[in-house]
Amino acid sequence: MIELKNVSKTFTLHNQGSAVIEVISDVSFAVAPGECVALTGASGAGKSTLMRMIYGNYLTQAGEIRIGGLDIVRSEPRDIIKLRRDVLGYVSQFLRVVPRVPTLDVVAEPLRALGVPADEAQDRASALLTQLNIPERLWSLSPTTFSGGEQQRVNIARGFAHSYPAMLLDEPTASLDAANREVVLSLIEDAKARGAAIIGIFHDEAARTRVCDREIDVGRFTPGMAA
Amino acid sequence: MTPLLSVQGITKRYGPHIGCADVSFDLYPGEVMGIVGESGSGKSTLLNCMAGHLTPDAGQVVFDTRTDGPRDTITMSEPERRMLGRTDWAFVHQHARDGLRMGVSAGGNVGERLMAVGERHYGDIRDKATDWLGRVEIDASRVDDRPTTFSGGMQQRLQIARNLVTGPRLVFMDEPTGGLDVSVQARLLDLLRGLVRDMGLSAIIVTHDLAVVRLLADRLMVMKLGRVVEAGLTDQVLDDPQHAYSQLLVSSVLQV
Amino acid sequence: MTEYNFAYLDEQTKRMIRRAILKGLAIPGYQVPFASREMPMPYGWGTGGVQVSAAVLTPSDTFKVIDQGADDTTNAVSIRTFFQRTAGVATTTATSDATVIQTRHRIPEEPLHEGQILVYQVPIPEPLRFLEPRESETRKMHSLEEYGLMHVKLYEDIIRHGHIATSYAYPVKVEGRYVMDPSPIPKFDNPKLRDMAAIQLFGAGREQRIYALPPYTQVVSLDFEDHPFEASKADHPCGMCGATDSYLDELIIDDIGGRMFVCSDTDYCEVRQAAGHKGKDAA
Repeated sequence: MIELKNVSKTFTLHNQGSAVIEVISDVSFAVAPGECVALTGASGAGKSTLMRMIYGNYLTQAGEIRIGGLDIVRSEPRDIIKLRRDVLGYVSQFLRVVPRVPTLDVVAEPLRALGVPADEAQDRASALLTQLNIPERLWSLSPTTFSGGEQQRVNIARGFAHSYPAMLLDEPTASLDAANREVVLSLIEDAKARGAAIIGIFHDEAARTRVCDREIDVGRFTPGMAA
Repeated sequence: MTPLLSVQGITKRYGPHIGCADVSFDLYPGEVMGIVGESGSGKSTLLNCMAGHLTPDAGQVVFDTRTDGPRDTITMSEPERRMLGRTDWAFVHQHARDGLRMGVSAGGNVGERLMAVGERHYGDIRDKATDWLGRVEIDASRVDDRPTTFSGGMQQRLQIARNLVTGPRLVFMDEPTGGLDVSVQARLLDLLRGLVRDMGLSAIIVTHDLAVVRLLADRLMVMKLGRVVEAGLTDQVLDDPQHAYSQLLVSSVLQV
Repeated sequence: MTEYNFAYLDEQTKRMIRRAILKGLAIPGYQVPFASREMPMPYGWGTGGVQVSAAVLTPSDTFKVIDQGADDTTNAVSIRTFFQRTAGVATTTATSDATVIQTRHRIPEEPLHEGQILVYQVPIPEPLRFLEPRESETRKMHSLEEYGLMHVKLYEDIIRHGHIATSYAYPVKVEGRYVMDPSPIPKFDNPKLRDMAAIQLFGAGREQRIYALPPYTQVVSLDFEDHPFEASKADHPCGMCGATDSYLDELIIDDIGGRMFVCSDTDYCEVRQAAGHKGKDAA
């Protein structure tokens, strides 16, 4: 489902003496449907960078990243947008939303973008918010005013609203209490069970052991860190 | 799939100065493209060339018309182009006063495009106008008030209603949130997002506000001195800019 | 008489105006620019109408002038006298006897016949002016037939008054093409514009425009399906001649609220009275 072949990435900092920083070099691996793979490695190893490259958020200079057959390294923006809408979900560590939009609509948005009728999308959003223990009285408020943990859960609810065949999870259980952590892990297990291919970053080792089928040490591909 | 708008080699000079040079891109149905750059980068010149307000010195602006398929709007006759301007195209000005008739009621402002395409039933026109005021969150009781009595944010929303009432397929926006309070901007952005999604609109948004394009645009073009220096997926250009100027632009934004 | 060229204007000027008139007749409702001359009267007193009359008058014509329907107001009398002195043409107050009728703000009640010319004095020829002040833009709107704005004006009328309150200078569409200002005639007169046997010429002196309706031209008053055009008038019979089909002026006749309604077309009223018709206020 997700396949990386000889993927490399450099940052060129034009405004800082044109410094060229090689961050990822020659990564290849694949994730099958129903499989969950953890990216591991020390801080700065490039886990998040690699994840962002797979999402198309960072430009990849060399190699191929195929998701459901589409090579996002060589795709038009509109194809990547379509991929993100239909196929590829991403739960980042940060919630980025239009201010003042109610939480319920924020969570329903990915379904609305797919053309799901408003009431149906809101039903699904309500169910997820309930499951993640966001009190109903907050649903009509914008999540921008929420606590960090609440924002994280809204972000997860939004990421799981649509049943994406491929998912990227960046620290989905960070800053969650035991009960909510359990909910998130079961959401991941459900997604695997329905055949989603998942790549995740988990500092939470117990969580990683529980949901991930294998680990890939990104440090191996990081020039200057591999040694 | 046929692009809704295909821009090829648009160049506009002001005497020896370059307004914009050799700009080309395709815009597909449902896509929202942002054009960013500092003042004088040529983004407004480009927008006005595309919307038929300026005649470029070179290039084509091919629009996929409903009846005849792709047509170059630069070379089509003026009546045809103006007809597009009040049916399939919409133009949202930065200053609502430029896009509204300030001496005409809110309902009349919204109804004008309907009357321009031949609607002749007062009751229907008024109902549609009232419905559109609701969609842009203006209370129906204001339908007979002149825009001079509206706040800046309301005027801008009225301008949007006036533009969208005939169900256009392509909307040109010139700094649509410029000059509005931050709180009003957010509301307008949310409204625009909803309309773009629900109506399947394509849009080209010129702005210097990177937050606006991040929230509204699927794609981004960065312009400098009349030329496109970088183009791509909005979040990719903003989070991983490749060109020196884009990097400078992104890193110059104050973090809140 | 000898100190003036026939009908005051020199022959070259009249030729220029006739060309504008012919062009106007060829393109009904289209505003033809012309080089309006200084006339020995102020703008607003009918300088456009006078120039058009001067260009069409011939020595054998019989000339009539009405102002708000009346032959005896200052404006009507002075213009009639002007052409008596400068052209030496016969004048009349009888609508049926006149060959050229210059009018301000009315169309005579008696239907005009072929061979007659009705000359209107026009203050502002551009019907779109009050909505779109830019002449460059209104000309483009005419040329591209973009007339949505005209209905915006009627729409605004309805929201403010509950009905189309425009009661004079009511816009019309000519032969399905040009939207035209019929000069400030009451909308009661609008139906008479259509299919008229006489030639109708419109002259705007200050604005330097001439436009025209050839005989038997289709002229439609703009309206909405659910607010159709109505040619309204005061709902009274004429106090002098008892006519129920003519446009009426309201006259205040004393200091205690007394009033009467009389035909605005003085010739029409007098002809009816001479034929024995009597209204309730007739002496």
